[in-house]
Amino acid sequence: MPEVLTTLLSDLTLAFGETFLMVGTSSLFAVVGGLPLGFLLYITEKKLFWDNQIAYALGSFFVNVIRSVPFVILLVVLLPLTQFVLGTTIGPVAASIPLSVAAIAFYARLVEGALCEVDPGIIEAAQAFGASPLRIVGRVLLREALPGFLRGFTVTLISLIGYSAMAGIVGGGGVGDLAIRFGYYRYQTNVMVVTVIALIVLVQVVQTLGDRAAKRADKKGN
Amino acid sequence: MIELQDISVAFTGKGHAIRAVRNVSLRIGQGEIYGIVGTSGAGKSTLLRTINLLERPDSGRVVLDGRDITNLRGAALRRERQRIGMVFQHFNLLHTSTVYDNVAFTLEIAGKSRQEISERVPELLNLVGLADKAGAYPAQLSGGQKQRVGIARAIANHPEVLLCDEPTSALDLETSASILELLQEVNARLGITIVLISHEMSVIKKICTRVAVMDAGEVIEEGDVYDIFATPQQPFTRQLVDHTFNLDLPQRLTQELSGTLLKILFLGDRAETPVLSDVTLRFGVSVNILHGKIEYINNRAIGLLVALLGNGPDVPQSLTGSARIASAVEFIRSNTARVEVLHA
Ligand SMILES: Nc1ncnc2c1ncn2[C@@H]1O[C@H](COP(=O)(O)OP(=O)(O)OP(=O)(O)O)[C@@H](O)[C@H]1O
Ligand SMILES: [Mg+2]
Repeated sequence: MPEVLTTLLSDLTLAFGETFLMVGTSSLFAVVGGLPLGFLLYITEKKLFWDNQIAYALGSFFVNVIRSVPFVILLVVLLPLTQFVLGTTIGPVAASIPLSVAAIAFYARLVEGALCEVDPGIIEAAQAFGASPLRIVGRVLLREALPGFLRGFTVTLISLIGYSAMAGIVGGGGVGDLAIRFGYYRYQTNVMVVTVIALIVLVQVVQTLGDRAAKRADKKGN
Repeated sequence: MIELQDISVAFTGKGHAIRAVRNVSLRIGQGEIYGIVGTSGAGKSTLLRTINLLERPDSGRVVLDGRDITNLRGAALRRERQRIGMVFQHFNLLHTSTVYDNVAFTLEIAGKSRQEISERVPELLNLVGLADKAGAYPAQLSGGQKQRVGIARAIANHPEVLLCDEPTSALDLETSASILELLQEVNARLGITIVLISHEMSVIKKICTRVAVMDAGEVIEEGDVYDIFATPQQPFTRQLVDHTFNLDLPQRLTQELSGTLLKILFLGDRAETPVLSDVTLRFGVSVNILHGKIEYINNRAIGLLVALLGNGPDVPQSLTGSARIASAVEFIRSNTARVEVLHA
């Protein structure tokens, strides 16, 4: 019995490590790629200081395509890309590539939505005082929409934790994959229950931290 | 100072064009507090926004201090805008920044150094009476306080002009009065020209020196506030003015009237001659005052009386009753600014 426990524990530690790697990498890309893409969508749609309908149509199309493909399929479809970038298609790092692509598209839409929530009157005031586009983006939009960005990022993180469970298909591992392997393929219900509980705790922690961060950034209520 | 020449702005609404501003020309002098009044949808905001080119006119020119700014773009336009402050109905403060940072924001835009900003912000907060609120967030302020922040940041860069779009419409009466006083102080002490939109003549009456009346995209009347109140030319303007004076009589009175009901307008010096007591003596008519008020606009008086003329007790033999009243009305007419017969 203790032996079973120690293997489970080491399995879980490994799986958590893999999940953190996959979710960490892809959420980093969500910010680095999704944030600018979200701004691009917002600015071109509102014709704020750049009225480029082609840029909007292209960006929007990319986001819609990625978001309408079920992640399992995206994982497979993007295998050539993964092979090209990393030279391999197996393992958690390889799984991070399709996860990142999905994360960018996912977060970009949430960023766009958060920007739309910013009071247009504030942007107009900034323009009336002669603020440059760069200042409006950096000093007005980025800060006024920060609570929305944080809430969106929390949603993205949790979705990525869910997506990463499918990474088992390309040998990515992770907590979700552990639950599927033991619970579904080997009928070890107790292992599955433990991993599912671990996942629930993880998601709760992420959500709580995210809510707290968003609340701190949001000075509207108090 | 500000010259709008033949400005037109149209929007494409659902299928049809909305001509929000039609061929408007205005001249606003240095140091004036210039009012723009009109009903909702008259095009006031659109016209005001052409002054700092938030709205680009389809035709016409915007000339500021002799410089034609109509076609400025990019950095040149942004530099020009730093010389034009703007105050909004709904304040439009940065929610996630403190009062201090909201005011600092406009100074940053103008490229002021950190040190200049740290000197100027407290100075401005003092001026608007919010020295103790530097660290507060907008959500922690009352409407009046928010508007004070709005004014502080709008004048931070020593603008020549301050555009105010219904700055008191979201505030209660008392707060509104204190904000208007602050604007007056800004105008008098700093010499900033103010253009102020309102849909209330009472606001215009309180602080403006000149006013333009807008209706359906056009300026239908323009002039000194006193003149507009004393002698409105257009029916629409007269309606606005009457509405502010509010000389309605209770229905009970108007139903049981017997006699001649007059609305009499006294202006300036003439308000001081005892016309009505003269009338009772000369023509032997009775005068019963039902309603009245005196307004002071830019320190000049406008008096309005609603009075009922009837036959007095000691009738001079030479005249019949109705003839006496007719000559009494004539006498009043020739000795006051305007007489309207409301009921004969
Ligand atoms: N961006 C816009 N797009 C389309 N139509 C507009 C736009 N802005 C204003 N309009 C229309 O132009 C007309 C004038 O609007 P404007 O806001 O200038 O009126 P206003 O006198 O300021 O009214 P209010 O007292 O309600 O603020 C209205 O019919 C309005 O619907
Ligand atoms: Mg308006």
